[in-house]
This record gives sequence, structure tokens and C-alpha cells, in this order.
Amino acid sequence: MRLRRLVGFNLFSAVILGVVGFYVGWWLGHLFESSSIAYFDDTGQNDIALFIAYFTGVLGFLVGLGFANYPVQRLLGKPASLREKETQGNGRYFGLCTDHKVVGIQYLIGIGVFIFIGGLNAMLIRFELLTPTQHGWNANNYLTLVGLHGTMMMGMMTSGIIGPFANYLLPVMIGARRMAFPRIEALTFWLLMAAGTILMTTIAFGGFPTGWTGYAPLNDQANMGMDAYIAFFALVGLSMTLLGLNMIATVITMRAPGMTWGRLPIFVWGTVTTSVLMLLAAPVLISVLLMVMLDRTAQTGFFNDAAGGSPYLYENLFWIFGHPEVYVLALPGMGILLEILPVFSRKPLWGYKLAVSGMCGIALLSFLVWQHHLFVSGINADLRPFYMLSTELISLPTGFIFVAALGTLWAGRIRLTVPMLFSLAWLFNFLVGGLSGVFLSDVPSDVTTHGSFFSMAHFHYTIMGGLLFAFFAGIYFWVPKMTGYQINERWGKVHFWAMFISFNSTFGPLLVIGFLGMPRRAVTYAGYLQGANTWVSVSAFVLGASMLVFIANFVYSMVFARVPAGANPWASKSIEWQLPSPIPVHNFDRIPTFGPDPYPYGTDGTDGARSQHPVIAPARPTQ
Amino acid sequence: MNLRGHAGRIAALTVIGTAIVLPLVIFVLGPNMPPGNWTSAGTSQVFDNTVLLVVMTPFTVFILVYIAYAVTVFRAGPGEELRDGPAIRGHLPSQIVWLATTTAAVLFLAIFGSAELLASNGSGGGSGPNPITKPSGAVLPVQVIGQQWEFTYRYPTYGGVETAELVLPVDRQIEFHVTSLDAIHSFWAYELGVKADANPGVDNIAFVKPKKQGTFQIRCAELCGLWHGYMSDTGRVVDSSQFSTWITQQQHAFTSVQRYLPKYATTYSPDPEARAG
Repeated sequence: MRLRRLVGFNLFSAVILGVVGFYVGWWLGHLFESSSIAYFDDTGQNDIALFIAYFTGVLGFLVGLGFANYPVQRLLGKPASLREKETQGNGRYFGLCTDHKVVGIQYLIGIGVFIFIGGLNAMLIRFELLTPTQHGWNANNYLTLVGLHGTMMMGMMTSGIIGPFANYLLPVMIGARRMAFPRIEALTFWLLMAAGTILMTTIAFGGFPTGWTGYAPLNDQANMGMDAYIAFFALVGLSMTLLGLNMIATVITMRAPGMTWGRLPIFVWGTVTTSVLMLLAAPVLISVLLMVMLDRTAQTGFFNDAAGGSPYLYENLFWIFGHPEVYVLALPGMGILLEILPVFSRKPLWGYKLAVSGMCGIALLSFLVWQHHLFVSGINADLRPFYMLSTELISLPTGFIFVAALGTLWAGRIRLTVPMLFSLAWLFNFLVGGLSGVFLSDVPSDVTTHGSFFSMAHFHYTIMGGLLFAFFAGIYFWVPKMTGYQINERWGKVHFWAMFISFNSTFGPLLVIGFLGMPRRAVTYAGYLQGANTWVSVSAFVLGASMLVFIANFVYSMVFARVPAGANPWASKSIEWQLPSPIPVHNFDRIPTFGPDPYPYGTDGTDGARSQHPVIAPARPTQ
Repeated sequence: MNLRGHAGRIAALTVIGTAIVLPLVIFVLGPNMPPGNWTSAGTSQVFDNTVLLVVMTPFTVFILVYIAYAVTVFRAGPGEELRDGPAIRGHLPSQIVWLATTTAAVLFLAIFGSAELLASNGSGGGSGPNPITKPSGAVLPVQVIGQQWEFTYRYPTYGGVETAELVLPVDRQIEFHVTSLDAIHSFWAYELGVKADANPGVDNIAFVKPKKQGTFQIRCAELCGLWHGYMSDTGRVVDSSQFSTWITQQQHAFTSVQRYLPKYATTYSPDPEARAG
């Protein structure tokens, strides 16, 4: 009986069809090579076969999940449903499901697994850097670890907050029953899972030496492991584009009566601005990676200086995507921060319009700063003052977010729960990240800090200290709503303090190490930096161990302890907390109507009570 | 205490904190900022770093004081966890003050940074083939050629002699021409305060004037493939008589290999024809 349930369109059939598809493509590619392209015989490489194999593999995976069922049934003239698995039961988590809440939980677990793998890579990198000379991995494996860590994190974390939390909560927050495009929503998740698996296969093809930036002409020179990077990032780009499109369409078209733009919860604004960045930036990534693919397979020369191309073109196109991408990582964290602070200060969000304009300003300016990654590259040297100005200007809207956060704390009744601790830590970490960014934005200062551990520590402060801390704040805050079970508070605090202290003791010293002259991505370093590096490595291992505390606590709380959270454990006044936990399949019995105030603390006459949200029609579970 | 009192205390603590931290930043941290006072570029970077620290100190102190104060003083007491705070949604004067001060700081930093960049002729950073500003007077051009995975150096004023070691005379204005044979490298002479990317087919110019004799470390600062982590070198700054002795020796050694190498050019491409001759 159990085996019977595996038959059908689910993860099991998807994996089988994915592997079969991969080998069919691989065979096709070699068929092609032996008859017509003599070039590959010289190099022992067959990039064309690998690209075809990845393509057919992903196709097989998606067919196995059931993405082809609807069009096929329509072609056969049978009645087809656009809804998939919108029911109860655990089977819906292991396949194509168009319930936005299921997709949110799929994202949480799926992305969590890949972030964990990325974190393990970081541990292995720090193991190598315990000593100034090479002692652990050989040069190629070290570079592959660096590339895998960076690429996995940058690729997966783009959807790290939007994926789980916006998918689950955004329709609820705007009073909708579903996303605008539920099938596309599911597709974005499964594309990411296929992409993550593809990136891991780089190990079988020799890894890739370029780091997450994949600069030309190194990407042309690299062996077949590079193809995994290209396929991964192109699929991530596709997923990002679709995710952004879906979010924007949902917010534009699906808002309930009364939910005007000026009443959107701030997390929705964070999602919308992020989605605009995703929609505009990710297609550039896809196109530049297609050009790299052509360089590697069809022997074009877009980025090859000797063939009339230019490596500068790659750097420009990559960072036109790459800098908005950095704010794709930062903005959702700001949204979570400003969503959580009012709840635990018991005050309305301070300066709502300021915060919204801050997010919009960041989104706009992030397209105008990309050449600060190229300050010493020799390109457009005359424009350096402009990019210095635009880069420093972006600290103004970021300052709006800070002042909104500080204003919300003002005269509040602050409760230091675990989500609140993570939010306050976000403020501290992002402050350090922002201040270190000032050194990188100033050209004379950037001459020394560019490409050093300083810039590496800087973006870890903003991405890990910002995004990952916000991610955990979101988990501790919303997972009780998503699953209906509490997360153990005491162990949550152990996790927080271990993570916060070891994070700062890892990346704080790295700022100094960078100032002292250690370049990024180098397997050896000067002897006088050993003491500091050993300290950083040990701190990094403690940081890694703090993640194990989290995983143990999460599994214990969700699987074994199972303490019911109740509908509103934090006494929040936002709409998602007025519904039962977990939220029922169709969200609302009746579509709610919204009043003028998204944060009615101190004004709605429910002071001190865990009452229903007064502006929402009573909602009951459908079952 | 009323809210005005809290604001006064935070302001006072910020002023006191800034008054304590600022002298430390100016007199203790500032002079020790990287990359040190070895060269003209190094000096300008140390000055920039110090100014940046001074500008950011009051903001940092304010935000940290504010968070610490809020978390200690604005705590929900026992039994009042669920009581709502006052419904304050904004405060126009403080928003204006915040916007004005941060805008002033940002504009100052951008103008200051640009002025410094121009005044210091790129401050040791790669400024492309046609730098906007150049030092007046005579310069000693030195070409830096990055290849996987080492740097070599050419001195065009000494017959295009190619050397494996970088030796510079003290107190002379140096003009680095950084280029590459293959992948993108980055020539980073830490103590000199010089960093310039080496792109194939591009002549990337950086200016520096060493003021002290001694050795300095050189590392590749752009991931360039398998042995990137080993692409390091040690250079020397010597006095002018030592330099002329050294360069004469190099020219002597160079004559035997000269015919195998291409003539000096601003970019370097291996020329198979030269081998035949």
C-alpha cells in the first residue's frame, strides 16, 4: 500500500525522470559530437552534451512533478484543473502543489537544506584557513569550495525570505486566497531545487575556479564544472524573474477591499520592491550566462579579448545584475525587521511613509551603483566620482529604514522575545555592514579594501548579519503560525546568543584582517595573519555549531514536543494572527475588508487584550 | 519621566560618547589606519580613512546609544506585556533633522572623496588608460604584466628590460602600467597603497611615489584560477644609486633573451613571430 502511493506525479517520479532525462541528454550530446565536432576530441571536454543533459534533466524533473499534466490534458480534450493538491495531508508537500501556504513551507525546508550545504562549505573553507599554508584541500578543491559556498548562498538566499515567508503570508496579508499565478509559484520553487542539485553536480565535473562572480575569461578557460555554475545561476535567474512577476501581479490585482497601497503591511512593501529588482535584474543575469554558454560551446567571443570581445563586458553585465541582487537580499530583511518591531514594542510602525520611500529609494538607486565593484579595474575611470556619489546616496534611504526602526522602539513596551532579539541584532549587524560599506564606496579607501577580506567581511555583515538574522527572526516569529506549534523559547535564546556572539567574533576580526592586507579567495596568506585567522576559524566553527542548536531545537519543537501555539501567541494585531494556526486551506471564509490602519496599536481600544482584529470580518477555518 | 526627558538623556549620552570616542579615533585609530604612510598614495588613503571614521563616529554613537537606551528603559514591565504603547506615528522635526544631517554627511563624503581622488591622482588605484589627473613632472613608467600565476615587470625607459622582481627608486614618481596576458588579475602592492586590475588588452595606469625604503608585499587580488592563492611576490624600494646599479645588471642579463620577447608595448601579447627572429 505504501509503495502504491509513490506511483503518480510526485518528487519520487520527478527524481527518476530527472535522472533519465539527464542521461538521455548526455547521450544525445555525445551523438552529436562524434559525428560533427572534432574540436572536443582535443580537449576531452564536451560542454554541449552537459548543457543538453542539464536541460533535458530539468525538463524530465518538471514533467515528473506533473507540470505537463495540465497542457497535455487540455490537448487531449479532457477536463483539466489548474489546482493541484489543494487538500490536507502530508503528500502535498512532496510534489507540485498550488496552495501558497504549502509552497511557503516547501521553500522553507528546501532552501534551508541548501543553505545548510552552503554553510558546510564555509566550515571547510575555514578549516583550510586555520594555517597560512595549504594543508587541507588542494588548490582546485579549495576554489571549488569557495565557489560553491558563494554561489549556493547568493543563488538560494535571493529567495530565502521571499520564498518561504512572502509565499505563505503575502496573500493573507493583502486578504487574498491565493497568489495571482499559483502554478508559476510552484514552478519557482521546483526550479530552485533542480538548480541546487545541478550546482552540486559540479563536483563530478571538476568543480569551477571562478567564485560566485564567474569572471571572464576565466569562465571560458574553466573545465566542465563551470557548466553547472552557468546552468544553476540561469535557472535561479529564471526562478527569480517568475517569483518577482508573480508577487507584483498578486499585490496589484489581488488586494481585498480597503487594502490600498498606503495600508499595505511593510513586509508587503519589502516584497514588492524586492520583486521589482528581481524582475528587472535577473533577466540580465540569464542573458549574460547564455553569452558565456555560447562562448564555451559555440566558440563565440563575447568576453574574449583576443577575439574582439571584452572581459569588461562581462563585469559590467554581471554587476548590473549583481548589485540589485545584493539589495534583493537586503530589502526583505528590512521588511521583516519593520514588521516585527511594532509587535514587540506594541506601537505602530514609526514613519510608515518614510520606510516605504526608503525601500523604493533603495530599489531605484541600486541600479545606478554597479561600477563601484570596478573602481580599480580601469574601466570608466572618469565616472568614479559619480559612482562614489550614487553609492553613498544609497545610505540615505537605508537611513530611513534605520530611523523608522529606532522611532518604533521609542517609548514602546519592548519584549525581548527571540524574534525581537534577532531583529535588534539585525540593526547592529547592518549598522556595522553599512559603516564598513562607506570605506568601500570611497575610492581612495577602496584601493586598499577592494578585493580584500574587508569587502568579504562587509558583505557578510550585510547579507548574513542582515538577511540571515532576519530569516531566523522570521522563522521564530511566523513558523508557529505556519505549523501551529511553538518553537522552544529557551533554546531559541541559546541559539540567538551563540549565533550573535560567534557571528561578530568571526566577521569583526575579518574586517581587520582585510585592512591588514589579506586578499579574498586565496588559499595561502601571510604568516603574521595566522593568529587572527585561527581565531576566526574557531569562531566560525562555533557559528556552525549554533546552527546545529537551531536545527535540533526546530526538529524537537516541530516533531516531538508539539506544543500548540494558538492563533496569536505574540498578541499581534496583524491580520495573519487573527486566523487559526496553521492557516486553513482557503485562508478566509469571507474576504476581509481592511480599515485605514495596518498597525492599530494604542488606537483600536483593545489595549491589553488578545482580541480579534476589529477591522476584519470574523474568519473561521473551512473545515 | 516624560518623553522630552528621554530625548535629552539620549542626546547627552550621544554627545558625551562622541566626545570620548572622537579623540581616540583621530589620535589613536586614525594614524594606524591602513595602508600606512609609506607612499603618497598610502598617505592619502590613511587621511581618507581617518576622515571617514570621524564622519561616521557621531552617527554610530547615536544609534548604539539609542538602541541600548531603548532596550533598557523602554522595557515592558511585569504584567504590562500586552499593554499598548503610545500611538506615535512619526515626528516631523526629528525626521527633518535626520534627513538633513545624513544628507549633509553623504554629500560631504562624496565631494571630499572626489576631491581627494583627483588631488592624489587616483590615490594608487587603477585609473584606466587615460587618467583624468596626472602628477606634474617626470615619471618613471613601470609595466606590470600579470599572467597565470606570476607578475613580471618591464621598464620602458631602460630599453624595455623585463624583470622578475619589482624594484623601485625612492622619492621618484612611479607610473604603473598594469596589463595581463590571460585572465583578469589585480596587482596589489599593499604597503605602497596600489591596486590596479590587470585586464588582457588594457593598459591600466596607477600613480605612486614611494617615500620610504624597504620591502613590500605584492599579491594578486582578483581570482585568476588554480594557483591564485600562490600569486604573490616581494618588491623593494631602494635609493637611486642602488636602483641604477640594479637596473644596469638587469639590462645586462636581459640582452641574451631580448630577441625572444616582443618589443615593449602598452599591452602585452605573446608574439610567436618574435621567437623566429
